[in-house]
Amino acid sequence: MTNDLTHLTIASARDGLDAGDFSSVELTAAHSAAIEKSRDLNAFITETPELAQAAAAASDARRANGAALGAMDGIPIAMKDLFCTEGVQSTAGSHILEGFVPQYESTVSRNLKEAGAVTLGKANMDEFAMGSATLTSYFGNTINPWKASSGPNAGKDLVPGGSSGGSSTAISARLALGATGTDTGGSIRQPASFTGTVGMKPTYGRCSRWGIVAFASSLDQAGPMTRTVRDAAIMLGAMAGHDPMDSTSTPMDVPDFESGLGKGVKGLRVGVPAEYTADGMPEEITALWQQGADWLKDQGAEIVEVSLPHTKYALPTYYIVAPAEASSNLARYDGVRYGLRVDGDSLDEMYMNTRAEGFGDEVQRRVMIGTYVLSAGYYDAYYVKAQKVRTRIAGDFTSAFENVDVLLAPTAPSPAFAIDEKFDDPIAMYLNDIFTVPASLAGLPAISVPAGLTSDGLPLGLQLISPAFDEVTLFRAAEALEQAAGFELPIFGPGEG
Amino acid sequence: MALDRETVQRIAYLARIRVNDDRLDQIAGELDGILGWVEQLSEVDTDGVAPMTSVADVLAPMRADAITDGDCRDKVLANATEPMEGFFTVPKVVE
Repeated sequence: MTNDLTHLTIASARDGLDAGDFSSVELTAAHSAAIEKSRDLNAFITETPELAQAAAAASDARRANGAALGAMDGIPIAMKDLFCTEGVQSTAGSHILEGFVPQYESTVSRNLKEAGAVTLGKANMDEFAMGSATLTSYFGNTINPWKASSGPNAGKDLVPGGSSGGSSTAISARLALGATGTDTGGSIRQPASFTGTVGMKPTYGRCSRWGIVAFASSLDQAGPMTRTVRDAAIMLGAMAGHDPMDSTSTPMDVPDFESGLGKGVKGLRVGVPAEYTADGMPEEITALWQQGADWLKDQGAEIVEVSLPHTKYALPTYYIVAPAEASSNLARYDGVRYGLRVDGDSLDEMYMNTRAEGFGDEVQRRVMIGTYVLSAGYYDAYYVKAQKVRTRIAGDFTSAFENVDVLLAPTAPSPAFAIDEKFDDPIAMYLNDIFTVPASLAGLPAISVPAGLTSDGLPLGLQLISPAFDEVTLFRAAEALEQAAGFELPIFGPGEG
Repeated sequence: MALDRETVQRIAYLARIRVNDDRLDQIAGELDGILGWVEQLSEVDTDGVAPMTSVADVLAPMRADAITDGDCRDKVLANATEPMEGFFTVPKVVE
């Protein structure tokens, strides 16, 4: 047991705050200091230590008056820079939004604020959440605190996954107790897998999208990134809920996710989908997957082989649907109402100059792909076809869940790769999301739990997927996996005390 | 199918992104690669399958037809590049 406040979990920090062992001001100061010492990781685009201290002091005052707001009160967190935060620059990792200071608060960040959570700053991310390595951020890449101990990448700087790579680094380097992420095709789960942390994408509609900079509206969903499954359950409880400002937010009560924990997996039917393999996937990922199934079986779960026959079509479907929606959503960046403006001789010239300079290469590529698949003459062949295949993919899950309670699969086809690793074409990068995209297309909740290490000493996650709005079962199975794996996050310097 | 430079230029214009001529070939190659790869969806039998237009199987909720927002002009304009007298401004569009 250590005295360092950055080594706590959300659950243990809550207990410590309740017991008066330390104050939120102390807890927050410890994390702000860790952020300052770890600036080389570039986990944050904007740090807000003064705002954090003020929020922490307010939390301490509430607690002193016996009016603490709940489990998140006084807990320091990182906010992905995709969430609009009132009075604090919100960039989405893009030059086009550099200097944009929202005049309103996103629903999820407001929910967290109203639950007493203390925001330490805005976490780095791939530009507009388009990427799997946090390499496309206009504000520089984020560095994973993990290093390979052997192999071709030994000692090299590694990517933290993406797009929520600032968040995953903040959690693994102990710069925050929790972080918000958003997941469109895997942007919470894949970075969690790359950093040995827990990343959870709730059911589409569980969290409001209002005030989250839109990428692909039928896929985007906010979720918690933490060091334990229990912490994810606690944090999701504070983020979720119906919001009249988002017509796709589901008018359902939010269950007490934390109290659903601790019930074990005896009798739970766990499906193992045969199709979740990829060319060149390391044998140790397949072995870990089998190990995961064995762990659950040992605890009384029943392992069932299932088939999701359209799995291989999920990624190409995603790369029509997501860019199509992105091209439409990103039309708003026109240099007129907010963000960057680059002058031109005419209105059109101004638009074109602004968007050429304001968007990075990957964003431009996806906007153009989206524009193409929605254009006259191609709409049916690409976009409508993809929407039909999406129906098929969702149908696969519906059939599978007639026989099983949860699905178990790898989170990503590889461990974290080196920052200087060259990808000859965009598709090679897209393949990172091969196992996470199917659940996104179907709108299902899914979680990545750190489960083991590669022979080179890098973390690997296993993914669980449950039926829509059954996060309680998802967390229960994830906790069982977590306990069996006994994964321990190392303590990286220089954030330690 | 291969994208030519002209098509890339047309897409770029539709997307209102300036693409200089020296980048056209590279972008054509990248977009071509992606479009060729998604082509595999044609293998999937989707006869009689309805396109998925909504993730959640719920009807769009109704709300009261009441004003819930407004009276915040200065906030709306707070991030504009060159607001003037309570308006957004753009380059001159009429002579």
